[in-house]
Amino acid sequence: MRFQAKVQVWLRPGIADPEGHTVSEAINALGYSGVSTVRMGKIISMMVEAESKEGAAAKVSEIASTLLSNPVLEDALVQIEEA
Amino acid sequence: MTGKSVGILVFPGSNCEYDVASVLEKMGVRTQLIWHGQTDLGGVSGLILPGGFAHGDYLRPGAIARFSPAMSSVIEFAKSGHPVLGICNGFQVLTEAKLLPGALQKNARLKFLCQEAELEVVSTRSSATSLAESGQRLFLPINHFEGNYTCDNDTLNELESNNQVVLRYVENPNGSMNSIAGICSKEGNIVGMMPHPERASDDLLGSVDGLQIFKSYVSNLM
Repeated sequence: MRFQAKVQVWLRPGIADPEGHTVSEAINALGYSGVSTVRMGKIISMMVEAESKEGAAAKVSEIASTLLSNPVLEDALVQIEEA
Repeated sequence: MTGKSVGILVFPGSNCEYDVASVLEKMGVRTQLIWHGQTDLGGVSGLILPGGFAHGDYLRPGAIARFSPAMSSVIEFAKSGHPVLGICNGFQVLTEAKLLPGALQKNARLKFLCQEAELEVVSTRSSATSLAESGQRLFLPINHFEGNYTCDNDTLNELESNNQVVLRYVENPNGSMNSIAGICSKEGNIVGMMPHPERASDDLLGSVDGLQIFKSYVSNLM
């Protein structure tokens, strides 16, 4: 079966996010109020062949933790959908 | 000419390998460039991972480089006690490969830094500072976007209490925890630093403070 996987990579809570901070300042500079906690992350999308959804999730989770994210700085969130 | 030679690892995107080689050759040390795709380290006595942008720094600096074929040999070589020095991007590769703890995050205020930095030698038990004096000041260039040293509190306490902090910025330019500019492994043989000693190793370059690092490193070749 073919699955569409998306891996979200976020800086872990407590890790300074200078990009998010800068975007937050820009939002404020534009005059918007009530917008806070801007965080920057990335989404990596891929197609995966696997026997089952669980199998695809296990494979992508392993890729996410070995290559796509650095656990010192980042958390990875894996989403799998049937393609 | 010493019989010992230093291997300089070259990834696609490395750009300081010839600078490092030039400094070592002038000191009478043989060097050989080692392409990241080879696993044979050619019997070298020490390794240096130079600065640059290995694999374009895609994903994260060092993230792809750490899976280069040469890295399994590098890890084995480092664990056997040989001196391994990572400079700038090389430091980032060593943290990604988990040969050194922590990680290098984007600089505070998202500033790319290219300037001279005043550094304090903290630990002299590392292979790159063994001939320096604790408290000694060195002026070395820094040139990086991701040099903001970050780790969890337990690791930070461990680094400090084990005397693994090798260099500290006198004025913290990038947000690094405890102003850390360089660290070493528990054993002291593996060293990573953001400053570029090879760019301060000739009178023509305005400073020879970097030679202190290379002289120490060379004295520890085995």
